[in-house]
Amino acid sequence: MLTAGAATLLMARVDSLRAAAPEDVATESAEFKAAFDALVGKSAPQSSGLTFDLPDQVENGDYVPVALAVDSPMTAESNVRAVHILSTANPRAAVATFRFTLLSGKAQVTSRMRLAKTQDVVAVAELSDGRILVTRRKVSVKVGGCGI
Amino acid sequence: MMKKPPRIKLPEAINPGQIIEVKTLATHVMETGNRKDGTGKIIPRNIIHTFTATFEGEEVFSATLGSGIAANPYIAFFMKVPGPGTLTLTWLDDAGTTTVEKVPLSVA
Repeated sequence: MLTAGAATLLMARVDSLRAAAPEDVATESAEFKAAFDALVGKSAPQSSGLTFDLPDQVENGDYVPVALAVDSPMTAESNVRAVHILSTANPRAAVATFRFTLLSGKAQVTSRMRLAKTQDVVAVAELSDGRILVTRRKVSVKVGGCGI
Repeated sequence: MMKKPPRIKLPEAINPGQIIEVKTLATHVMETGNRKDGTGKIIPRNIIHTFTATFEGEEVFSATLGSGIAANPYIAFFMKVPGPGTLTLTWLDDAGTTTVEKVPLSVA
């Protein structure tokens, strides 16, 4: 029988093994790199002002809630043209592009996405003044989105 | 093809100039085009690839969707309501089906 201390030690060992498992470091697909370069180009992206909310870990990759919001007055002088969601390790990199207008009032959108496996998800916002905002989030997936 | 009409949720009372959230849920399989059937043949992609929202002919919001959007796509966006009028929501899928919903906005 294990003592409490030994059990804790064993758990810590299992956790460290799990953290080092190869599926935790999904490599970026060539399609993601091409799509990201096409959007960001040579600009120096900033991260402040773009909120990208999604869970740190999900049981099921079929339905992953995503929420995007960009700080912007949404006036003719200063507004958000579009936000893009890119997956680094799904079969297809381009998840969605959302386009806003002055009638949007707020540059904010909520949806649900699929994740084939544990990976980073990247949001890119294009602002009317030419600025590009990028936020990157890692999501751990226990069961990948089926057949995506 | 949508088996059921989309669900659309808006606030009950809207003031002119108010920014409201428009919640939409379409019923659609969003077949990714990456899956195989029992005989090993690829099941062709059939997803809703385009969603648009217009108010009295003017674009409010639009989305281009890929196979990474979940089945039964849920999209919630915002709209600054200039006054009374009709909000038109359109979903287009790979099978060529167009689903249009017209929602009159009652602005107090």
